[in-house]
Formats: sequence, C-alpha cells, structure tokens
Amino acid sequence: MEFKTYSSPHLPVSNSVAVMMQRVLLALLPGSICVFWIFGWGIVFNILLASITALTAEAAILKLRNRPAFTTLLDGSALVTAVLLALALPPLTPWWIPVIGSLFAIVIAKQLYGGLGYNPFNPAMAGYVVLLISFPLELTLWSAPGAQLNFLDTLTLVFTGNLPVGQSLDAITLATPMDSIKTRLGLSETLSEIHDSPLLGHFAGAGWEWINLWFLLGGLWLLQTKVIQWQIPAGMLGGLAAIAFVFYVINPDVYTTPLFQLFSGAAMLGAFFIATDPVSASTTPRGRIYYGVGIGLLIYVIRTWGGYPDGIAFAVLLMNMAAPTIDHYTRPRVFGHDDQG
Amino acid sequence: MADSGSSFQRQQPAAFGRLHTFHGGLQLPGHCEVTAATPIAAAGIPPLLILPLQQHIGEPAECQVKQGDYVYKGQVIATAPGPVSVPVHASSSGTVIAVEKRPVPHPSGLQANCVIIETDGRDCYQQPDHTTIDYRHTEPASSCELIQQAGIVGLGGAGFPTSMKLCNRSQPIELLLINAVECEPYISCDNRLLQERAAEVVEGVKILLHVVQPDACIIAIEDHMPQAEQALRTALDAVDASGITVTRIPDIYPSGGERQLIRILTGREVPSQGFPADIGIICQNVGTAAAVYNAIVRQQPLLSRIVTVTGDGVAQPQNMDTLLGTPVSHLIATAGGYTKDVERLLIGGPMMGYTAHTDSMPVIKTTNCVLAVSREEMPAPPPAQPCIRCAKCTDVCPAELLPQQLYWYTRSNNYDAAQDYDLFDCIECGCCAYVCPSHIPLVQYYRHAKTEIWTQEVQKKASDNARNRHESKQRRLARIKQERAERMARKKRALSSDGGGEDAKKAAIQAALDRVKRKQEQASTTPKNTDNLTVAQQQLIDAADKRRQQHPGSKTTD
Repeated sequence: MEFKTYSSPHLPVSNSVAVMMQRVLLALLPGSICVFWIFGWGIVFNILLASITALTAEAAILKLRNRPAFTTLLDGSALVTAVLLALALPPLTPWWIPVIGSLFAIVIAKQLYGGLGYNPFNPAMAGYVVLLISFPLELTLWSAPGAQLNFLDTLTLVFTGNLPVGQSLDAITLATPMDSIKTRLGLSETLSEIHDSPLLGHFAGAGWEWINLWFLLGGLWLLQTKVIQWQIPAGMLGGLAAIAFVFYVINPDVYTTPLFQLFSGAAMLGAFFIATDPVSASTTPRGRIYYGVGIGLLIYVIRTWGGYPDGIAFAVLLMNMAAPTIDHYTRPRVFGHDDQG
Repeated sequence: MADSGSSFQRQQPAAFGRLHTFHGGLQLPGHCEVTAATPIAAAGIPPLLILPLQQHIGEPAECQVKQGDYVYKGQVIATAPGPVSVPVHASSSGTVIAVEKRPVPHPSGLQANCVIIETDGRDCYQQPDHTTIDYRHTEPASSCELIQQAGIVGLGGAGFPTSMKLCNRSQPIELLLINAVECEPYISCDNRLLQERAAEVVEGVKILLHVVQPDACIIAIEDHMPQAEQALRTALDAVDASGITVTRIPDIYPSGGERQLIRILTGREVPSQGFPADIGIICQNVGTAAAVYNAIVRQQPLLSRIVTVTGDGVAQPQNMDTLLGTPVSHLIATAGGYTKDVERLLIGGPMMGYTAHTDSMPVIKTTNCVLAVSREEMPAPPPAQPCIRCAKCTDVCPAELLPQQLYWYTRSNNYDAAQDYDLFDCIECGCCAYVCPSHIPLVQYYRHAKTEIWTQEVQKKASDNARNRHESKQRRLARIKQERAERMARKKRALSSDGGGEDAKKAAIQAALDRVKRKQEQASTTPKNTDNLTVAQQQLIDAADKRRQQHPGSKTTD
C-alpha cells in the first residue's frame, strides 16, 4: 500500500496568522468601544474608511504582484493595520485622512517592501507619521469628551466639512490633555496650577485614562492567550515609567507623574498593540526587552521635550530601525554552549 | 494524571535532588491512553523477514549468509566490522531467499541492503555457544562484549551501539540515567514494557550498573504513566535495588530527549557536539535495559522489540512484541488492518517520526512506533505563509536557538550564517514548526540545510583531497628539481672553489696565481742542476761568481 509523505512534525497545526490577527482585533474591541463612548461616531468612520481602503489597496497590489489576493486578505494583517491607524487618528478628521494614511501604510510601507513579513517599519505608524507631518491641522481634530455630535452630524462633518447650524469647530473640538499640558507648561504654568483643569481626570487625562485602561485589559488578554509576549509591553511601560519617575522626583512641578504618562495618549495601545507588531520588532527574548525600553524612553523624550504631544509613532519607527542591530547583539546562549552565540 | 502522584514518595539521591527545567518545550496531547492500557500482543512470525544490514548508527554489518542458506533463529547473519557497529541476527528460522536492496525505514525513503528470510514457522532456535555465567562474577568488559554480540543498540530511537556507550569512555561515570520518558504523543511501548516486564527492566538496569559502576542511578519516568511507575517501584522493592532511584518528571515535550532529560535531572548541559559521558553521565532507554537483561541472563540476542501500532488508521491500536524484520504491513494486519480512510503512515512519533511511502518496509531495532492516520486526524499542512517574526519558535526551542533566523538563512541558502546561528545544535524536535502561525515547515528547511552542508563538506573534503594530492605532487616535483639543482651546484662549487664574494674571488685568483707560480717555480727549480753539487763543482761555481762580480753587467742567476 502506498502513502503520502510529509515532513515532520505531523500533529495538526495549533496556530495561524489569521487566528492571531483575529485575536488582536478582538482585544482592540474594549478600548475601541471606550473611544467611541468618549469621542463619538468619528472613530467608527475612521475605522471603516481605513479598513475599506486598506483591504482594497492590499487586494489591488496583490493582484499587481500576481499573489493570491483573497487568501492573503484573510490573514487579517491589513485589517489590523487599518484599525490601529484609525485608532490613532482624531475622530473628527476629514474622510481623506484615514484614506491617505492607510493607502500609504499598505501600499508604500507594507507591500512595496514585499508584503506581510517583510516590512521593516510598522505600517500603521508609518502611515500615521506621514499624516502627522503632512496634515498637522487635521490631526488635531479631537472632539471634546462628552460634547458629541450625533451620527448624521458627524457623517456630514467628516465627508463635507460642514457643521450643523450654530456649531463651530472650536466648540466641539478640544486639545488633548497632553497637548494642553504641553502648551500651558510652555506658558510657565506649573503642574499644580494645571491640575484643576477639566481636561484632567482621576490620575491622567479625562476620558483617556479609561481608554488606556481598556486597551490595557485587551493587551493583558493577548498576553494570556500568548498572541504577544510580555517582553515588549513590559519593557516599554517599564522604560516609560522609570524615566518619568526620575524626572517627576526631580521636579514634580514640570514633569508629570509616571501614572499620568502610562495612561495618557496612546501609551497602552502602543505598548500592547503597536510596539508588539512582530514583523518590525526585535525577535530575541532579551532584544525584545531592550526594544521595548527604547520605545518607552523615546516616547518620554518626545512627549516631554519634542515638538509633538505624543511620541508613540516616532518612537516605534526609530526603534524599528534599531531592531536588526538589537537582534544581532542579543543572540541567546545556545543549549550546551559555554558563551554567547 | 496528577492524582496518581500522592501515593509515591519521591526519593532522590542528594547529589541530584532538585528537578530543573529546560527552555521552551510544549505540552502536547497524549493520544496514548488506549495503547497504554492494552496488553502487549505478539505480532507473530511473518512469512518474510526483511533484515537491513544497518539498523543502527555506525558502520553497516557485513553480510555472512547467501541466497539459499538455512538460518536458525538467533544466528548471526551479519557481523560487525568495527566497534561502532553491531551484528544482525536472524529473528526467526528459515531460508535466505535474497540479499538485496529493499526500502528501509529512513526519512529519505532510501533503499538499503537487506537479508530476506523466508520463515519456516518453526522458530527453530540455535543456542549460543557460551555457557551461562553469572555476570556479577565477571569483568564489566566481558558483559560489554556480550552486549555487543547480542546486537543491542539504543532502542529509544537513535540506535547508537549500546556497548560503545557503556565501555568506550574516558572518565568515570557519575550517573547512570535510565530513560523511560516517552514524551512524544501516541507512543507507549516503554510505558507498556514497564507495566508488564518491570522485573526484566530492573534486572537489566542492575547489569548496566555492574558494567558502568556509576555513583548514582536514576530511572526517569513521566507524570502521565502512573501504572508503569507503580509496576517499576514494585519490581524494585522485590529485589535488592539499592542505589536505583525512580524520579517522576513533568509531561513536557521533548523531555525524553537525552540532553533535555539530563538537564532536567541534573541541571547540567551536555556540551554541544559532545556526549553525555563527557559530563560523567550515561543515558540508556528502558527498552535497552530489558534487551541487556535478555542478552546477559537469557543469552538471547536482540531479536524483537515492542512497537506501538496506533493511530485512527489502525483497527486495533496496541503495543506489539515484534520480530525485527517484520514488514509493517504484517504488523498492521495483525493489529486488525487499516481502517478505510488511512492516508499517512508514520514511522516513529508524530513530532519526530517520518512518513513512509510504503508499508513493505520492515520494523528495525529503532522502530518504536508505527502510526497510521487518516486525513481527519492529521490533515495535510496548510500552505505556508510568510514568516511574521513572531518568535513563537524561539520561545519553544529547547536548544535555545533562533529558529526564525535559521529559517531566514537556510531559505536563502546562506549556510555559513545558518551554521553561525548553530544550525547543528537543532535536534529537529519540531516544536518550532508546531507553533508556527505561518505553518512554515521549519524542520524541513533545517534538515535540508544540514544535508546540503554535509554534502558540501563531503565534496569539499574530496576536492581538498584532490588539491592536497596535486599540491603534494607539485611539492615532490619541486623538491626533486631543487635537489637536482643543489647537486649540480655542489658539483660546480666543488669544481671551482668554495666561492662567494669579491674578496673570495680575488683570494681564489690569488691562490690560483700562487699555485701557478709555485708550479712554475717547481717546474723551474726541481730539475736544477745546481743541487747536490760536489765540493769541486761548488768551488768552480764560486770562482765563476767571483768572476762575474768583478765584471758587472754580465748575466746573473737569481
């Protein structure tokens, strides 16, 4: 009797890229719902626009490259990129912002480098940085927490730029807590003076602390289901908290608390969902810690002394560049060997 | 399975008290409940026995029979040409009908030389010549020789000649480790062996103790085999088995791997490219211990082994006591035959075993499992996707390698870099490929790269040899030429002078001139007629000289 031959191991596979990506999307859900709760319908349009653009662009490029489009789209990686980019964008931004961002992310940052697995930079962050540099004004359109537009008004605003009668853009948008703290510190106010601002919540920015908390929850679930490993989030949050602690101790009037840093902006989203993008991150166990710590430190530097209120995207892209070098110098000791490598 | 632990006190020697861990590994589904609970059945005598000349690591045995010969059960049909080899015995009586190439169990589906015996069903035994001697009163070396003559190799899977492991060692052995850890799913032959023949195993271990004389002895067993552990402890209690400890270790694949098991029990690591004996440890499989008992006490060579025949493609999964050389087809038929939808036939376990394209190949000394499965139980692997560098492979690699880097380098045929990333420390356990979300057949890449590197090395050796031959010929020719030139030069120098330098030349010329002058002098002086003058003649000369002085201008002699 004749049989088919295969290579070992023979046990049925236990994992797949698609399952991992689905879990990432699922883990993003609590945080995304929280963003929706606080900032309104804008985030829904961002996610939809970015996703549709990303999937279309990916399919088109795969077609051009003579690759199987349908099965590749099913791996879910384009969708994850789109959702991450959309979550980084302000909710009231015009429709073409998520479209341009995800076009750049998928076409230039991902597919031109060879598609999934070959991109040296995090595509979502590459797309975000392009938008941030090219359209700085559109990327400040954060709605004021609570003062939400309804579904139709948001739709009109996003697609036509028209506001309902009697509303002004200034009335419905508001600087983010980090942006406002930065501006007011620039005006020589101290943090204790700023502390009473309605923008601040219990321990970080109002609303933002909740968003971060829910992303943290999703991230912990990813850790538990072993979609991601602990080293990068721990390194990044640890690095960020450590440097924040040092400066907070030096001068609490000028430097915010470590807790504020950890629960502000895109810190948790970055730690569990963005920095952990495996393709562009470091892969050795020790290297992942260094990579995470590097991102954490850079975030603090950019937030505190840089020109932008948040620094996740730049920090991640900078460390993407360092990842191959980190990998090279952090090779684990092989079983039965005395020394490194 | 955890509940079974409470009734046993874990006793361990002081030197190896604490259990350690190794990096990575997997918790895998067992799939061995049915076979572990079913008694070992005899597979019987097949009509044909196919006995490969190489069933072990090392040199193949040399065939000593020819077509038409009648062989007894236990008769040596091929002898070991060197120490890293073992003889092959006829596992039943019958007639040799051919010595030819047949498909043998090998990952690459190779054919190799086999002795084909048509059995006569009488199972007629030829008792060995030597008489029974109590091993305890003999030198360990003599037991070693008996173990080699019995054709015993490691039955755990590697098939290294046991006598080599036991006796060829440079340093004293601290620990004898008996491996009963069946970490691969589906396999339960050691489990069943312990449940049914623990006393034989214990006797075998005692013989090994006598041969090795270690400081300590541990029998390692896994958490999932409590019945086997109980049987083993009962057998140990029944005899004087001081110094033998039973240690239970957690179910983590691949803890049954020699290096991993040593790490778990001692915390030590066998050096890369080294052997356990290098760190004072010898590791033997329980099946091997039972075979040693058979060889020394019952004086039976290795003629059969226990094979787990299982999978959803077999009607009655069970362990079978199988004569070596039994075709897999016969084994499956004895186990009730195939179920209708069998698609894949595996020799060995599902993690490290290999697929056989035909079931005509025989069971050999290292065949611990025959696994016939359907598409439902083991579906064809999904198509490979690009590596996303998630490093799950790194997290499970028990050799602490970076499989994703190795994949990158082996895929691009960058074998130097792959070797730099310690490709040859890969034990091919398959953990990396099992967890890979992109379904990349990583082990296949590594195995291919290793084979390529070996081939390149063989070719390099051949070309090195050719180059060396050529170069040494060139050197020889050059030397002959130089020697000839030197001889010429010596002659020349001898002919001229021992020259060199302007002064020397001048001196030589001067010397030559002097020689000429002396010669001339000699020529002019020797026949002088003024020598030996008589007194009268001298007086005449003196008178003449006087005259000349008085008349200057006349010719004088000087």
